[in-house]
Amino acid sequence: MQRIRICYAKTQTLRYTSNLDVHKIWERTFRRAKLPLAYSQGYHPQPKINQACPLPLGMTSRAEIVDFWLDPDLPLDAARTAIEKCIPMGIEIQDIRLVDLCEPALQTQVVAAEFKASWLIPPQDKNDSTQILELKIEGILSDASLPRTWKKKDYDLRPYILHLEIMDSEDINQINLFFRLMAREGATGRPEELLAALGLDPFAAHIERVSLIFR
Amino acid sequence: MLSPIEIQSRLENVLLRVQKPGRYVGGELNQVIKPWNEVSTHVALVFPDIYDLGLPNLGLAILYETLNDRQDVLAERAYLPWLDMIDVMRQAQIPLYSLESKHALADFDVIGISLPYETLYTNTLEILDLAKIPLFSEERGENDPIIIAGGHATSNPEPMSAFIDAFVIGDGEGVIHDIVNVVLAQKIQGASRKDLLVSLAVLQGVYVPSLYSPTYNIDGTVAKVERLNPGIPKTIKKHITGYLPPPPTKFIVPSIEVVHNRVSVEIMRGCTRGCRFCHAGMITRPVRERKVDEIVESIQTALDNTGFEEVALLSLSSSDYSQILELVDAVSQRFAGKNLIISLPSLRIESTSVDLFEKLKGSRQGGFTLAPEAATDRMRRMINKPITEQQLLETAGAIYSRGWHTIKLYFMIGHPSETLEDVQAIADLCKAVLAVGRKIIGRRAELHAGVSTFVPKAQTPFQWVACDSVDSIKAKQKLLMKQLSGPGLKFNWTDPNVTMLESWLSRGDRRLSQVIYLAWKKGAHFDAWQDQFNFTAWREAFEETSLDSAFYTHRLRPMNEIFPWDHINAGVAKSFLKADYKMSLDGDIRADCREQCYACGILPGFLELRRENPGPGWKCPEVKAKESFDEKALIER
Repeated sequence: MQRIRICYAKTQTLRYTSNLDVHKIWERTFRRAKLPLAYSQGYHPQPKINQACPLPLGMTSRAEIVDFWLDPDLPLDAARTAIEKCIPMGIEIQDIRLVDLCEPALQTQVVAAEFKASWLIPPQDKNDSTQILELKIEGILSDASLPRTWKKKDYDLRPYILHLEIMDSEDINQINLFFRLMAREGATGRPEELLAALGLDPFAAHIERVSLIFR
Repeated sequence: MLSPIEIQSRLENVLLRVQKPGRYVGGELNQVIKPWNEVSTHVALVFPDIYDLGLPNLGLAILYETLNDRQDVLAERAYLPWLDMIDVMRQAQIPLYSLESKHALADFDVIGISLPYETLYTNTLEILDLAKIPLFSEERGENDPIIIAGGHATSNPEPMSAFIDAFVIGDGEGVIHDIVNVVLAQKIQGASRKDLLVSLAVLQGVYVPSLYSPTYNIDGTVAKVERLNPGIPKTIKKHITGYLPPPPTKFIVPSIEVVHNRVSVEIMRGCTRGCRFCHAGMITRPVRERKVDEIVESIQTALDNTGFEEVALLSLSSSDYSQILELVDAVSQRFAGKNLIISLPSLRIESTSVDLFEKLKGSRQGGFTLAPEAATDRMRRMINKPITEQQLLETAGAIYSRGWHTIKLYFMIGHPSETLEDVQAIADLCKAVLAVGRKIIGRRAELHAGVSTFVPKAQTPFQWVACDSVDSIKAKQKLLMKQLSGPGLKFNWTDPNVTMLESWLSRGDRRLSQVIYLAWKKGAHFDAWQDQFNFTAWREAFEETSLDSAFYTHRLRPMNEIFPWDHINAGVAKSFLKADYKMSLDGDIRADCREQCYACGILPGFLELRRENPGPGWKCPEVKAKESFDEKALIER
């Protein structure tokens, strides 16, 4: 058995595909590539595929990571060629490599994720909007807590916000936000929650995950 | 209309506000995108329900592939958005668009709508309205697309005749090319819409309702249907393909979960059994089978193209496929042990079916489904589905003892002359089957009874009979509810009001177009969705048009009545249906017509085609070479 790690970007219409469905997309990609995915034991064998960190629906990503187990082993180059021929639109492979079978599961290694948000329709007055946003960011960062409600549960978003700033944009009308949120199992900050806390409409933004940070 | 770029940008702003936005973006593996301006004819294929249901539709997959194989045509897809997206699109003024290129549907030359069942009629209006295309055929102008519809429900096209420019009667895969060719030729010539429709009406298997006009008797029945143009046929004969063309293999692989995520292969079309209630069995004749090799190879190609984890071998009656053993052997040899689920629905009630099923490894998930349809000998003779109780119990024993815990039995109530005793027998039979299971695997044994209600359909031997009344249906369902409760038993039934709706529409005339329109106006849509079905809207629509719904439903129709669909020739002759109905009243069985031809009308109607397609592919008798053949004798037989 061998374990293959693929780093890829999730783009285009695939951003409207949920994490669970992305799992299926990979499974089918491997079938088309005729690569021998290893299956779990039991009455309903499942292919052994392991994603690092779920990406919320609607976001694109430059930093998706997924592990696959193949049985029997294959030369990595052959696997790479086969996969690259079969990936669907919206997946752009950045790197394929072998990893140690003993390495802990991907999701236990991720500690944080970094995001970039921009506006689908750029604000009318960039200077005013930037100023208002700066004030809000200052407020959030100086507060010790940021109470929010998610799925009818009260929680504190503040400890999940590790970094938050306005970034320079090439587009003179556009404002870009950059932020780093905690992404540990059971302690994950949601990007759309942060935007909402800033008084922004998360549905009117384009959010991209730019990197995953490992421990 | 908005340009694709404008539609795309409006979409981006709304997509995250609706559930499952993946339904509305396209971009799936194997979708076909062609440069719009380099193709002369643009066809939109539409399923009038949500993406999740429409994407796996095999009929549209066949048309999509065969059209896109042509250089001069492009076919793109659209489905009806779910309610949240419909609202959002109306608010943001986004017209219904194709998933591939995001062109507004109104920009296409032809829109082909799939109408497999009647509860999609109001959705079809919703589609046209969302697409900003005039709902009524007569209101469409020179620049509007030609709206065509095909599918099983169009064997009685009359109720939808006000909205559809041209119906396809019969198999779609041949006639779609004829239609496209005519549209293309007329477009080059700059012909008017009216002339184009006349040219379409000349094609075999194409019905242009605006070129035919019915007159009615005082009692509301049809007196006659006249053609309004002497150049078009008096009756519209269905189109069939002589042999089934190679099955589609480039299935679109959805990027989100849909109802069936699988490769579907039609192993044969048509059925020789002649169950009298069965609409599909009557209108898809003759039986045409595919060869085992062709099926196996196409599964392989389709799996290579899609990576799907499931394969379905489809037909109306799998056990009747001549080489079912060879097929199952070949499929299991080639595909077993590859973590694939292979399903083979519609098996006969006999223990060899269990052998077949068992060979298709991985298929033992869930239940094993059988369809006895009726539980007394009298009813089985009536509907022409003769199986014995012993047969069923033996088969059930084989199923339970070979690893399945659940058996699903499909029955139908409301068949003509059915009594409460016949219904009681359904409950008794279910309990007897469960008892067999209990004996073999104890309390793990389960029995699910799916009991639907019979709807008399046009073009079947039961087209004369009255539909059961709501009160009677309710009484029968109450009896079953009481009897089929308890551990291990599960009972499903159909809302009697939905049965009424199907019953009005399936044997309606063209006056029902107005009822459909008004019901839609009053908010009826997604009629096939239990939680959306709006019976009040339909009731009010009938009241407003002063049409009596019972006229369409509960009337035992005289044998000599002219039906609104009599000018549609779906292959089986009315005289044959009549004779079969009489046999039903006498409790006479008509055996499988593979053994003997009963001259249902297919062979006389398609003599040439049969002659051109000799051999065992068709299950009808061979037709001899022209010179030695006495055609008249066959027709008179």
